[in-house]
Amino acid sequence: MTDSTRRVVVTGLGATTPVGGDVATTWAGLLRGRSGVRMLEDERYTDLPVRFAGQVAVEPLEVMDRVEARKLDRCQQLALIAAREAWADSAQPDLDPERLGIAFATGIGGIVSLLDNYDTLLARGWSRVSPMSVPQLMPNGAAAWVGLDLGAKAGIHTPVSACASGAEAIGYALEMIRSGRADVVVAGGTEACIHPITIAAFAAMRALSTRNEDPTHASRPYDLGRDGFVMGEGAGALVLESAEHAAARGARIYAEVASVGMTADGHHIAQPDPEGAGAARAMRLALEGAGASPTDVIHINAHATSTPQGDIAEATAIKSVLGTSVDDVAVSGTKSMTGHLLGGAGAVESVAAILALHNRIAPVTANLENPDPEIGLNVVSGEPRKLRDGDAVVLNNSFGFGGHNVALIFRSV
Amino acid sequence: MSQTLEGLAAIVNEVAGTPIEDITAEKSFVDDLDIDSLSMVEVVMACEDKFGVSIPDGEVKNLRTVGDAVAYIDAQS
Repeated sequence: MTDSTRRVVVTGLGATTPVGGDVATTWAGLLRGRSGVRMLEDERYTDLPVRFAGQVAVEPLEVMDRVEARKLDRCQQLALIAAREAWADSAQPDLDPERLGIAFATGIGGIVSLLDNYDTLLARGWSRVSPMSVPQLMPNGAAAWVGLDLGAKAGIHTPVSACASGAEAIGYALEMIRSGRADVVVAGGTEACIHPITIAAFAAMRALSTRNEDPTHASRPYDLGRDGFVMGEGAGALVLESAEHAAARGARIYAEVASVGMTADGHHIAQPDPEGAGAARAMRLALEGAGASPTDVIHINAHATSTPQGDIAEATAIKSVLGTSVDDVAVSGTKSMTGHLLGGAGAVESVAAILALHNRIAPVTANLENPDPEIGLNVVSGEPRKLRDGDAVVLNNSFGFGGHNVALIFRSV
Repeated sequence: MSQTLEGLAAIVNEVAGTPIEDITAEKSFVDDLDIDSLSMVEVVMACEDKFGVSIPDGEVKNLRTVGDAVAYIDAQS
């Protein structure tokens, strides 16, 4: 039975990103403004208009058994690494497997495994296509592997909403616990689709930065010189738990997942609504759901992909929702350092937003040299910024091609 | 250890991670070596490539143990 008053808390965090192979390294890098964006050295990228991306700082095989890794698509490897870190960080709650759920998203899924097997099909025929190619390519594969690893039986789910997927998974997990289906849910998002065809495809949309001569400065949200997003790969994971369950086992609690607001633009398949109306509705719904007012918000981890239109649409939406409070809210665009992790973004950025709240410090927005005057937000750049103490909430925005808007609110405990 | 057994052991080790020394003729792929039906397809493909034999799907169910596979491969090659 759904109980919207059932409180849900975060008791574990995990991440593997271009900035760091775990939460601690990633967080330290986000505070220092360290970029994880690098050139793509493979010769297959030579003739492409974009030859760089945010590649994970720690290769999966450095921390994963070879035999396990060979069964998995790269996005599944990253998901397992992040989920295991989050599970260990939560001190591994001991519970009935039928009360443990998984909500783990991806925007693209195991496309690189699919492409590799297609190459095999063309070169050597059908009899050499891997019997693991379907489990590798299926978008729910990462969630399923995480579920198998932890023995979860309450239900395994994979929301797919492009670049909002990771955030939607956290929203799904929240509702799974509130509805009484589970006491603990491992939620997150993963992506690992850096490949010449995805680079070419996003470049064909003119969505990517082409700053090949200076990749670490290519992702520059809110800067006048921004020219598109930077593809990234990585995964983030959170252990969500009912507050009663966490209290009963004396778990360390980072924050409460206060609410999620989800809307659709109904505007265009890939362009943001220039007024950000759908994004604003998602943020308002989230604030209402949390019972919070704009003055309670101390920090926003913005979607801020570094596209010319998207950054302005989101800023317009934020200003319309926060009104006069907007000047007091520290806004960070961490994609400036990680690149855009697509289906992993909402999860990794929720990890960052929760740590900002927990530690009362907002990470920087790197590469902001010439602020776009149309933005009009109080953007954290240069140095990380101390956040005020006391009861407060933080907001994490994620939007996806297709017009998906997800706003998550985390509250201090 | 015959050359075929040695080659097959390397394949099983690659696919399932089983230590080479544990891969002996009497071991069952499914019960002892953690080879499920999908992994078995990988083992068969690798054997076909390595030993230059053909192992039809209908034959795979008869290859219960490592020894069965070695005998089949030796008879083919």
